Amino acid sequence: MSDVPTYEHPDVVLCPGGPMLLRGKHVIEDSSGELHETTRRVTALCRCDKSARKPWCDGTHKLLPEKLAPS
Amino acid sequence: MMLPKPRGPLSAAVFESMRVIPAEPVARAHPGADGPEDAAVTLWALYELAYRGFDDVDETAEWDPELLAVRRGLEVELEGRLRSRWDAYRSDHERNDDFGEDLFAFVAAHDGRSLARFVQTEADEQQVLDLLRLRSVYHLKESDPTAWVVPRLPTASKAALMELQYDEYGSGDPNRVHSHLFARGLEAIGLRAEYGAYLDDVPLEILEQNNAMSLMGLHRRLRGAALGHLAAFEATSSLPSRQLSQGLQRLGMAPEMSAYYDEHVEADAVHEQLAVRAICGELVAVEPEVTDDVYFGAFTCLDLEDRLARLLLERWQVAS
Repeated sequence: MSDVPTYEHPDVVLCPGGPMLLRGKHVIEDSSGELHETTRRVTALCRCDKSARKPWCDGTHKLLPEKLAPS
Repeated sequence: MMLPKPRGPLSAAVFESMRVIPAEPVARAHPGADGPEDAAVTLWALYELAYRGFDDVDETAEWDPELLAVRRGLEVELEGRLRSRWDAYRSDHERNDDFGEDLFAFVAAHDGRSLARFVQTEADEQQVLDLLRLRSVYHLKESDPTAWVVPRLPTASKAALMELQYDEYGSGDPNRVHSHLFARGLEAIGLRAEYGAYLDDVPLEILEQNNAMSLMGLHRRLRGAALGHLAAFEATSSLPSRQLSQGLQRLGMAPEMSAYYDEHVEADAVHEQLAVRAICGELVAVEPEVTDDVYFGAFTCLDLEDRLARLLLERWQVAS
């Protein structure tokens, strides 16, 4: 057994109460069929459905009451 | 840039010493500071020797033992003051089991005044220009104080910090470097974009914000505080950046500057998650002894911003 660890480094991370982090280049089709291309290495996608910049996260989830925040 | 204007006997003497290095490497006695601004501008200039330096100071000044001794004395005094403010506040917060949730909750619970909300709805153009001049001292070296921390971190925290910093530094594209985006915004809005241009005009609160970041960034001992500061900074950026952008648009100011803040709405929605959960979370998982310093750094970020907000809102005579 090696003492040098292998780290978990997932491509998709669901942040508790917050966005979905996506690592790498992706094209996202939103609910109206429009395509959005990621422009940064790590992107935050809205999961609370209240962002003013959907499909991207803009931090709005922090203003929501706990029961409306993403799990 | 050239050395800033001295603000008292200590800065006058230290700046004079900087100008004669290394032609006169002799013992020099420096007077005490005659007030906090004198001390703060002296420390700011001593730190600047490690960033871009000054056109009128020889580069060897960065490691001049006597200047380092002055710097150390000022740092001890600054850190002591920041820690005493933290000690007075710290008893108010509780921690549970989930580090990320706790740190987000700690930041959210700090009830500071908001400059962004005022800019969004009420500020006039002169007040916004005032604020941008003050912000330029940091934003033109955005992320640089945190870059010092990279080699001091365990592997997972280091990789996470670089994931964030890569974005701050434009993902390799100089046009996307955040400090450069801010410089373009300054120019478009009619302000001076060169590094340090408004240093002589900024109040103590701005000097202390910048000195605190350099203090934490330059001392390995304070790596936890540096990353806690980063986490609080990022976790209070996304929503305020949207408010600032809306305020600039309300006033019809140059779109390059609102573009800078728009960039931070999306970027910092990512960065706050990385900073809290990955960068700080992975650090304290390996080095739990720095956990308290993470909170110290986070508090210091929020506290110094609150002090600046109170100063400016009072100056603008906004009722609390």
